[in-house]
Amino acid sequence: MQPVQPLQSVTSAHTDRSLQLTLFIVSLVTASVLGLIVLFIFRETLPALSGPGMLRFVTDESWHPLENQFGMLPMLWGTLASTALAIFLATPLGIGAALFCRYFAPRPIVRPFRALITLLAGISSVVFGFWGLTVLVPLIARFEPPGASLLAASLILTIMILPTVALMSEAAINSVPESYSGGAAALGLSKGATIRQVILPAAKSGIFAAVILATARALGETMAVLMVSGNVVQTPGSLFDPIRTLTANIALEMAYATQFHRSTLFVSGLVLTFVIAALAIAAHRVEHRAGSHHAA
Amino acid sequence: MQPDSSVSCAPGLMAAPSVAGSTLLTAQVHAKLSERLFVAAVWLAAALVAASFLWIVADIAFHGFAKLSWSFLTEAPRSSGRKGGISTILVSTLLILAVTVAVAVPLGVGVAVWLSEFSRRSSRTARVINIALDVLAGIPSIVFGLFGNAFFCVFLGLGFSIVSGGLTLACMALPILIRATESGLSAVPHDWRQGAAALGLSKAAALWHVLLPAAAPAITAGLLLGIGRAVAETAALVFTSGYVDRMPESLMDSGRSLAVHIYDLSMNVSGGDQAAYASALVLIGLLIVINAVAIQLSNRFMKSRIQPA
Repeated sequence: MQPVQPLQSVTSAHTDRSLQLTLFIVSLVTASVLGLIVLFIFRETLPALSGPGMLRFVTDESWHPLENQFGMLPMLWGTLASTALAIFLATPLGIGAALFCRYFAPRPIVRPFRALITLLAGISSVVFGFWGLTVLVPLIARFEPPGASLLAASLILTIMILPTVALMSEAAINSVPESYSGGAAALGLSKGATIRQVILPAAKSGIFAAVILATARALGETMAVLMVSGNVVQTPGSLFDPIRTLTANIALEMAYATQFHRSTLFVSGLVLTFVIAALAIAAHRVEHRAGSHHAA
Repeated sequence: MQPDSSVSCAPGLMAAPSVAGSTLLTAQVHAKLSERLFVAAVWLAAALVAASFLWIVADIAFHGFAKLSWSFLTEAPRSSGRKGGISTILVSTLLILAVTVAVAVPLGVGVAVWLSEFSRRSSRTARVINIALDVLAGIPSIVFGLFGNAFFCVFLGLGFSIVSGGLTLACMALPILIRATESGLSAVPHDWRQGAAALGLSKAAALWHVLLPAAAPAITAGLLLGIGRAVAETAALVFTSGYVDRMPESLMDSGRSLAVHIYDLSMNVSGGDQAAYASALVLIGLLIVINAVAIQLSNRFMKSRIQPA
């Protein structure tokens, strides 16, 4: 039997090492895209953030860039209100859909229902926006004109973040050890009581992570909200008031903004990025803690 | 033993005829009622989710089919898209996707291979890269649009072009592709790697001949999901690949994607609703096919998950 040629093994060790190095560099380059994003957005914000202009985002009355008014608070309230309402609606619906899939759906419905939720996650935000504009807004306008409103924005956001809540909650529920529900059954608990008092508390962390990620998605959503919210810069006083969100503001004004004005748009982008990065990391932490919890 | 009201929730136990009997009965009625309410609430939630999805798809399909025809797909748009079709839009969309795929696939597969085959999960570099990818996956598309505009269009001087748009979308699609490839590679049993090593295969050869082919369905599924995300994208493209609806002559031309076309028709063009409906139908059709194939692939992959014999 011939031993392995030493020359060959030397060259293959060599290719392995160069492959490892190449892939390592590729990985660093890819990860540095995030750094590049933060760097370039930060660079564009410098004109607005250097100098005394910084406080104007909170102290100026309102947002009239052509008249040198750069108050962003009304749009911040718009963003927060629409996101909060969407989370309030989507959380019970999403958890309900996940429970339905796992415990209540008749067997032939389970797979189509899950496929439907996954497909819902893939639909373009512009399609949601278009549907909202042609169906939902006129519907709301029939009761309380003008229709394009905080309510319309929140409802569209609810539909858009539902799949995130539902799919991630289902994964969290599925990761609850089988023995938990067995134990609950042995205690004579009904199905509903088992779910409410055993399964959901055990899956709490995973569901919480789902809600955090859904919040991030709602905060960052742009086109669908822009199309149905009316885009009037004002602090919303009722559900039926038109609003403008920070993201919609960027999309609406980037086309013609220059200098200080352009720079302020990047400021709102930078703030959004930091908030969403913090949420993503928080979700990551919560999920990991959940994983180690069950293992223990 | 004292009659204890805490046992009353156990169904099927007959109560002793005592004062506790009536409270036990109400407790049982309560339990039954709240159980019914809970089940009804779950069914209601599921019905609402399904109904909203079907409402959206049915509305777009109903109005879209009225306008959709072969000539709509093959004619160029006229008078801002009110008349004519979407041929140039489809070509631009495909070119943007081609740039995205050409850039994202080698990078994405490379990173995934490094993460799963060459690095230890606990190493500092791997952790940092993983967190960066998670954050990247969560960044809103409008921020990618801002970045693409500042970096590709202005800093690199690529202008409003198909290349700028495609590169921006590649940044967005990377995390999806990497995660899918990683999960595909991690599903390959460890014996296979040891077997390849025992045969004297170099790590590169093992990757090329054993690991990547085994993970191919997962990689394809990830690629399709990434393409789906890219096709659906609007906000990241408006300020990178632009609005021009002419037939692009090169990759350096501005090109309008299908999603941007729908946005423009519904917001900026009065009387564009019919064309917007038909375009939305084309987009939804594409997305449903792409995502359904991706789900199918990853389901089958998970089921036939390569077992050690």
